[in-house]
Amino acid sequence: MKLPSNLASRRKSQYNTGWFLWLSVLVLLAIYFVLPILWLIAAPTKLDGQLLSMPSLAIGDIRNYASAWANLMTYGKGVILLWAQNSLLYTLASVLLSVIVSVPAGYAFATAQFAGRSLLMTLTLITMILPGSAMVLPLFLEMNQFGLIDTAWSVILPAMFYPFGVYLSYVHFSTALPKDLLAAGRVDGCNEWQLFRYIGLPLARTLFALLSFLSFTHNWNNYFLPFVMLNNSKLFSLPIGLQVMATSTPMLNPTFAAENAVVKRPEAALIVMMLVVPVIIIFIVAQRYIVTSALSGSSKE
Amino acid sequence: MNSPQLDTKAQAVRLTPPREKRRSPLRAAHLFLLPYVILLILFGIVPGLYALIISFAKFVGGRPQYFQAGLDNYITAYTDFRVLDSFSNVLSYLLISIPIGVIGVIFISLWLHAKPGKISTAFRTIFFIPGAFAGPALVLLAFFMFSPTTSPFGVLLTAMGFQNSAEVTLRDNYPVLFTILGFFAGAGGWVSIFYGALDGISKEVMEAAIMDGCNTFQTAYLVKLPLIRTYLAYMVMLTVAGNVQVFAEPQLFGSKYWSPNQIGYAFAFEIGNFGASAAISLLMVTVGLFAATLIIKYSGFYQTDATAS
Repeated sequence: MKLPSNLASRRKSQYNTGWFLWLSVLVLLAIYFVLPILWLIAAPTKLDGQLLSMPSLAIGDIRNYASAWANLMTYGKGVILLWAQNSLLYTLASVLLSVIVSVPAGYAFATAQFAGRSLLMTLTLITMILPGSAMVLPLFLEMNQFGLIDTAWSVILPAMFYPFGVYLSYVHFSTALPKDLLAAGRVDGCNEWQLFRYIGLPLARTLFALLSFLSFTHNWNNYFLPFVMLNNSKLFSLPIGLQVMATSTPMLNPTFAAENAVVKRPEAALIVMMLVVPVIIIFIVAQRYIVTSALSGSSKE
Repeated sequence: MNSPQLDTKAQAVRLTPPREKRRSPLRAAHLFLLPYVILLILFGIVPGLYALIISFAKFVGGRPQYFQAGLDNYITAYTDFRVLDSFSNVLSYLLISIPIGVIGVIFISLWLHAKPGKISTAFRTIFFIPGAFAGPALVLLAFFMFSPTTSPFGVLLTAMGFQNSAEVTLRDNYPVLFTILGFFAGAGGWVSIFYGALDGISKEVMEAAIMDGCNTFQTAYLVKLPLIRTYLAYMVMLTVAGNVQVFAEPQLFGSKYWSPNQIGYAFAFEIGNFGASAAISLLMVTVGLFAATLIIKYSGFYQTDATAS
């Protein structure tokens, strides 16, 4: 994108064998990345038997989507809607709270010198790189002490701690917030809160979008944490529900009687879609933006 | 002026707030940080310390007796044959997934970047989309893909001699299967990051290389690759730290004690030995901490004034 345009156009005009080789390798790669998704979209249009008998990417009857959905609704009296609602609640609460906490913290790191700054910064970097799943069992032990196991808080509270968000906010304010502006504000008699409110925040709109996006995808897909924290099936999120459903289908668990199962292959594919489609939509909408910002969080000029 | 991203970033992160005396920011900064610091302590530090304490605790009737166990929990955990097995499982997973991940992501990034333009951008988007799959959704999709009867890759699987999904999803095949899965979901994100880094290479450098007679392959190998080494190191360490934690994949593929995290889970919830569970978790945390420290120390990626000092 940013490469010198003369170079790009010189290359672009070469539709020769080299170019076709280049393209065909990409097409081959795309098969690996895309066929599973195309299969997934086509799967609920077929009946369970048709999934085995018809060509894998063939489209059956679009109305089968509706019948697969109806079957899903009979599972546990439509408990899947409850799980979807839980997922949405946990995710939105986590996004909202994590962003509210992270942005001011990143702002403080970027604009002020204070006691303990380097220590906090180092801890932030370490915890941000540390894989979340490493902490899940220790977190369980802690939450157990607080008596919060099997509550929504056991999922939402740990998700509020979002060191990557703090880091990205720090980078954002370091680059996007001119120091002179703050100094000018101070001369005009703004206190620190007013500086943040009237200078920092208005410059952070893209930051909010980026953090919300990243936090959403992460929390929406979060599996290990709620899996460990939640026992009550009424509190499950969609990924946990999907896991429970999948392991009670004959597909993953051959000991389960196939005839009685309401969740067969098309239904399973449909739940996977429920989980994935929201994220894909956000991906596509925000794609250009994510690609540049996920890299550095700083590429605003 | 489109200054290259890499440079912008480096400058940005090294920016130090002005050191002139301020009147009140000290208290304000602490207030801005307060909620975050509380969370950092509660969910970043305390769990680790608590696990450390628990790992030396004895459990009698489900109640912990602190500091009573000595090294018993560690001995229980690290002499259990399943635990040792799980280490070798994860090790073979790393030995396959890391080289393939590295080579694959570098290859795709350089290949895309050989001819930047609309087509290249479109493919980058396509490779990025599977990143939406994670956890159970990813594993369930994989089940269909690894089953010769339902998979669009069925022809390939049959040609390789597989009759049904059970033959594909054998425990011994997990390292390869998880690599295929992980690359499907993860490669696109890294490709985007690498591509962005490649885009940041200044045009003077690229033009000089072409002037000097480098062909596409040579510019890729001699100029581009060395310049993205930092990102590569970053990717390797994050992937190692992440893959060691694998849980959902083996759990849903039906093997209970395949990965250390699964065994940590089993110790806690099936055997009721939280001490041994903590002893295993601590090892997982240590691996993550080790990777994190290496990244911060050597990559220069996070050169802030905090870590530089």
